Amino acid sequence: MACQGLQKGETLESLKRESETLKKKLEEERNKLNDVELHQVAEKVEVLSALSIKTRRVLKGHGNKVLCMDWCKDKRRMVSSSQDGKVIVWDAFTLNKEHGVPLPCTWVLACAYAPLRSLCLIMNGYLGLDNKCSVIPLSLDKNENLAAKKKSVAMHTNYVSGCSFTNSDMQLLTSSGDGTCALWDVESGQLLQSFHGHTADVLSLDLAPSETGNTFVSGGCDMKANVWDMRSGQNIQSFESHESDINCVKYYPSGDAFASASDDATCRFYDLRADREVAVYQKDSIIFGASTCDFSLSGRLLFAGYNDYTINVWDVLKGTRATILFGHENRVSRVRVSPDGTALGSASWDSTLRVSWSFSTGSNYIFRFIKLLFWVNSRLVLEFTVAF
Amino acid sequence: MTINTLAKGGCHREQMACFRKMEKVIVAMQDPDMGMKMRNQRLLITVIPHAMTGHDIITWLTHKYRISEEEALHLGNMLVKYGYIYPLKEPRCLVLRPDESPYRFQTPYFWTSTRWPASELDYAIYLAKKNIRKQGELMEYEKERYSLLHKRINHTWDFVVMQAREQLRSSKQRRKADRIVLECQEQAYWLINRPPPGVNNVLDTGLERPNNFSCRVTLVSNFIIEACRKALGRNRVKSSICLEGFLKYSEQYLNHDPIMQGCLPSNPWISDDTAHWTMNAEIVPVPTRLRVERWSFSFTELLNDAMGRKEFMTYLEKEFSAENLYFWQACEDIRHGENSKIVEKVEDVYKNFLAPGAARWVNIDSKTMDKTLEGIKRPHRFVMDDAQMHIYFLMKKDSYPRYLKSDLYKNMLAKAIVPQETKKSVFPFMRRQRHSSPSPAQTATQAAEEEGLAKGAGANSAAGSHF
Repeated sequence: MACQGLQKGETLESLKRESETLKKKLEEERNKLNDVELHQVAEKVEVLSALSIKTRRVLKGHGNKVLCMDWCKDKRRMVSSSQDGKVIVWDAFTLNKEHGVPLPCTWVLACAYAPLRSLCLIMNGYLGLDNKCSVIPLSLDKNENLAAKKKSVAMHTNYVSGCSFTNSDMQLLTSSGDGTCALWDVESGQLLQSFHGHTADVLSLDLAPSETGNTFVSGGCDMKANVWDMRSGQNIQSFESHESDINCVKYYPSGDAFASASDDATCRFYDLRADREVAVYQKDSIIFGASTCDFSLSGRLLFAGYNDYTINVWDVLKGTRATILFGHENRVSRVRVSPDGTALGSASWDSTLRVSWSFSTGSNYIFRFIKLLFWVNSRLVLEFTVAF
Repeated sequence: MTINTLAKGGCHREQMACFRKMEKVIVAMQDPDMGMKMRNQRLLITVIPHAMTGHDIITWLTHKYRISEEEALHLGNMLVKYGYIYPLKEPRCLVLRPDESPYRFQTPYFWTSTRWPASELDYAIYLAKKNIRKQGELMEYEKERYSLLHKRINHTWDFVVMQAREQLRSSKQRRKADRIVLECQEQAYWLINRPPPGVNNVLDTGLERPNNFSCRVTLVSNFIIEACRKALGRNRVKSSICLEGFLKYSEQYLNHDPIMQGCLPSNPWISDDTAHWTMNAEIVPVPTRLRVERWSFSFTELLNDAMGRKEFMTYLEKEFSAENLYFWQACEDIRHGENSKIVEKVEDVYKNFLAPGAARWVNIDSKTMDKTLEGIKRPHRFVMDDAQMHIYFLMKKDSYPRYLKSDLYKNMLAKAIVPQETKKSVFPFMRRQRHSSPSPAQTATQAAEEEGLAKGAGANSAAGSHF
């Protein structure tokens, strides 16, 4: 990135002063239309009934930190990448490992499934060495050497931190430690558009689920979240209210808002039409940074993974914490809700992936109680017979 | 003990923020009024002052932050893991136990945030002291490291041993209680800075970031100015309106969110029964009611669902306006397809939809038509965007609402199945077998073939893809 030089009559001081004044003015403008807070509006919404979310599947197989995971469109398969240099495709339902792709470098920071065919996207992000992004077509033939079919698509001057296929398998969006995002054509590997505007590493991006499908949001170490137009490469909107690096950004299902997870131990909710931050999800007892977040299907819940090994579940509308999930034994690097919203997948530095879901329908409790009675009864019978 | 006071090592920005917050908690815990009750702890024959039990720590955290005991235990564990509190009994194991085990606060000198470089020299001196103090007190891994260090910094080994002896001598002059405390403090410090094998290194923070952008001050300021100027010219919507939108959305989708309301017949993950997925596969003979209802939420929902789109196409055929949807689909294909095929696809679209007398001529206003025709001369990915938008909104405002009121849709809704909730198996040992499903790669190729066959005929494909 070339440095823009100073224009005639400008000094560093004057530039700084101008940017400060403009920022203040923008804040004032945004506040003018701020007539009510989200939690006030949400007072009329029913309080969430006690959520019972439990982890019931643990996927073991990686030898080192799992850095990223993504769900497949078939709602049961997932792909995960790890610091041990491997990318594994799992059938999370049966716990089978279906494919394993060894890669020549460690720190495979991100991976994603393609929307149409099962083209699995893998990202190699290693400081200074292999800052490429590759696409691998998956096939049924387990003997096929998948690593050999790897096709290099994107190239950055620094590590590649996040990636996403756009609505088709033919285009790829990447975010990088060199401060830019880029749009690539998968077939030719050509750079279609690049997005400049972040002033530090870009750590995450997410595509908008909107009608026109033309925008995406990115978050980075400059504490800013920027919304971009994919066609023109322009920065449409910018939000700067976090106090530390933004690790993850994710759109609300309707596309009118997005959430961000940051090292300042908060998650924030930004409304795109009102052009401001509308909620902060934080708690005194949460000290460690949030590294990842995702919405449930209806957007009512926000799942956020933290560096203190927990996953906090927030009530998006009321701003309160619904529940907390324990289980991982090291940082949670990624949480993703499955495409039909039935389960939550989480990847962690403890080298495992976990799948959790909710047991929150009323009838459950009766059945569980009956189950317990039978179990107790059967145990007594067993012991009785053994004694004789 | 010696700590090298040379350069303060690159402390990771993210960690420093956490450390400061943890330190606030620690300081609050030691507050004379609101803090924890300390007591003297008896360790064999010595009495150590200012100690507290694990149970007390958890109770204090539970009250202070109004959290559950499980969470308080977890938070307390973090404080111990990062060395702000250390155990007196079993000092090697940095774990918080919720019982009467004694703990003490680490001295600020050894706080992790101070980030003394914890050099090899210091570590060597520490290990030497341990070795001299009692033969065989070093653990296996410590012995290995000790001999490695001996090889590496052999040239200063005399200094190491001398320092170790000196520190041991001066510590002998202290009271036994103080000596024990100092030993524990030092041990905790080194457990964090040189973790034993198999224990997480809590100081590990992953990839270095950020890259140094500080030189680009002009760039930063210019970006901010440009972004602010643009933002000032924006149209904004009142908060009350926007926020109501979220409420409505969440309410509308509540029944479709399995995590909130469960799903019918059952959540496959809970019951090991994949019926839910089979019933909601891409193409099924009869869709579920929830799915058909969802088509009425928004036009995008209808188009995003393959079955919905097919139904809508059937409706449009009846209305003799199917060319709109075909056009929209062709434009989507251009927008998202391969770069190399753009020119060819634009040609096709022009021939089929825009050329005068075309087989499926679409009705676009003259201004957009002129602009598009002009753009076609130099075709690019977004050349059809304006025309596509026009047709999209035409369908959304006109055909879509009528479709929702049509008999076709209403029949679909009436026919749609509402799955029975599976009665959960009461016997826990009768687990259903979890069957593997064919890889999406296979089903994708199947589906592609079927689509190819079905496209011309426009008929429903009979073979559903299983999951």
